Amino acid sequence: MRETTKTKILKDAFIAAAVTAVLTFPMVGMRLNVESTGLVLHKNFLWPTVAVLVVFLARLVLPFVLIPKVSVPAAWTQKAVDYKKWWLGAFVVLALVWPFTPLGSGAMVTAMTMAMIYILLALGLNIVVGYAGLLDLGHAAFYAIGAYTYALLNLHFGLGFWEALPLAGLSAGLFSILLGFPILRLRGDYLAIVTLGFGEIVRITLNNWDSLTHGPDGINNISKPTLLGYEITRRSRVEDGTTLWQALGIDYNHIYQQLVLYFIAFLLVVVAAFLISRLVKMPVGRAWEALREDEIACRSLALNPTIIKLTAFSLGCMFAGFAGAFYAAFLGSVTPASFEFIESAIILSIVVLGGMGSQRGVILAALALTLLPEFARGFAEYRMLIFGAVMVLMMVWRPQGLWPASRRRVELPS
Amino acid sequence: MSGDAAEAVAKNAAESAPILSVGRLQMRFGGLVAVDGITFDVADKEIYAIIGPNGAGKTTVFNCISGFYKPTAGDIVFDGINIAGRSSHDIAGRGIVRTFQNVRLFRNMTVVENLLVAQHTQLKTGLLHGLLNTRAYQRSEKEALERAAFWLDKVSLREVANREAGNLSYGQQRRLEIARCMITRPQLLMLDEPAAGLNPQETVALDQLIRDLRDTCSVSVLLIEHDMSLVMEISDRILVMEYGQPIAEGTPEKVRNDPNVIRAYLGSE
Repeated sequence: MRETTKTKILKDAFIAAAVTAVLTFPMVGMRLNVESTGLVLHKNFLWPTVAVLVVFLARLVLPFVLIPKVSVPAAWTQKAVDYKKWWLGAFVVLALVWPFTPLGSGAMVTAMTMAMIYILLALGLNIVVGYAGLLDLGHAAFYAIGAYTYALLNLHFGLGFWEALPLAGLSAGLFSILLGFPILRLRGDYLAIVTLGFGEIVRITLNNWDSLTHGPDGINNISKPTLLGYEITRRSRVEDGTTLWQALGIDYNHIYQQLVLYFIAFLLVVVAAFLISRLVKMPVGRAWEALREDEIACRSLALNPTIIKLTAFSLGCMFAGFAGAFYAAFLGSVTPASFEFIESAIILSIVVLGGMGSQRGVILAALALTLLPEFARGFAEYRMLIFGAVMVLMMVWRPQGLWPASRRRVELPS
Repeated sequence: MSGDAAEAVAKNAAESAPILSVGRLQMRFGGLVAVDGITFDVADKEIYAIIGPNGAGKTTVFNCISGFYKPTAGDIVFDGINIAGRSSHDIAGRGIVRTFQNVRLFRNMTVVENLLVAQHTQLKTGLLHGLLNTRAYQRSEKEALERAAFWLDKVSLREVANREAGNLSYGQQRRLEIARCMITRPQLLMLDEPAAGLNPQETVALDQLIRDLRDTCSVSVLLIEHDMSLVMEISDRILVMEYGQPIAEGTPEKVRNDPNVIRAYLGSE
């Protein structure tokens, strides 16, 4: 390895460690307590030091573990692909196994299920922002549309989760087409403003249209998803229906239900990640990338920019619709308060933090941003502050994200 | 369609039907008239050149024909349809594709990916085929790659197929841009200063490439060029513009000896 690369790795590691230090020392290491003598500053720098060391070492080792860099012989690329599959397999196994370890408490499973919802939302937004390069500041609107679609279909027509899931995705996609068609004909920046406004319009409409949405109270008592046609609740909602637990002959336990929900969420994430990774490799994915690079060249080659942007926007919003339907089923109730602007901001932060256009980065960032607040409830008030600091630091030092995408190329065999 | 353009169409239909006829084209930017009264037509398999001093409005004419500008007056009839003012992607879809004065490639994509993007409208397999990776989809992708390989051979870029387009030499980038146009199977190829920045050998190769495209792919070529040796060599007819207006039109010999042209290029005494 060349000398310059070595120094670069070392420098990266130092920067990463410094960022960690700045973030962890004041937040975790110092604490103000009210005691009889007044305010006392407690210092405990053990954990921050450990964190800094771990980050430093990980950053040092990372370049050696990761996929080899540009212009490798064909045989190597093959290896890299195998390696990646292995990595994916490990991730899936880990996601399936951890709930059965001592880590798998009820609270943790619920937190992970929420994390899966955010992964689904962020994977969707990643199509719009990452692949197509369109700024969408109102992703929560389509999340809300998906959630309310399922809630209303369930309330009025008694549709179950699995029947309503495609419809929720479709209705979110349909709204995105209605919104996107006039806007995407204009230059890029307008979409950001219009989606920002649309997010608020949707929330305020849901809040005020009492006859349809029940206003701020929202819709309650929404059916949970079924598994293989069996209900997973304590008692069946229909008379003399069988629950999954009766069919299996085991006693109902709340954690079982949580586990089933977690696995359904995980399944949705796996399916979404698979579909999106295929989309990117397809002609439409290439067109998104080409459009991001040079719209004029695209137009001169008969590619219709509006239609291509619209496919990205509507597909991304469709996944938000799926996430919304699952969210409604998972919580059993929806209220407009769950779909405020901050949700859109969080989803966008996940995409930016993970690396625009990088599915693995987005998954990692979604886990980090949804699970960290769970572990660190002690300084929940600082959450937004840390968010902001991380965003600014990322933009300065690592605009490509935590785990940027390595571009997948189409190679012409010689 | 205005009367003149219709007349032009009728007149030329007698000889060989023109595939493009431009009639009294005018482009005005506020108070500035960039192009006025441009009338010409391009016959099937003809190489037609537009020349003129810098700022004469040649590229503006190109932008009007390819739909990047909406002409303020005049007709552009292609294949019997007036395309003036239509959107650029619609016009490209009808078979008029162009290159740009400053090459516009997808610089971060590989050479072969540039050619795959250009085939987007020809690939007919839907989203579902791709998601399920059906046989029809695999076949369509394979054919697209084969077509790309064919064109890379044709412009001798096969060796650099998997490199990023932005890393190619200038001459290679120009050839790739032409290949990217041709892979869309156009009827009319518009080249905006294709020889700019090329060395003499590359210019000779370009000359041969353009003739070859005309002969084997039966495409008509409309080009803007400053390299007089290239223009006089390959053009069937030439339109000379100055200050947005036509000053001469005809065969290379006729244009070369036209007193107006000599005045425009060399100045009068």
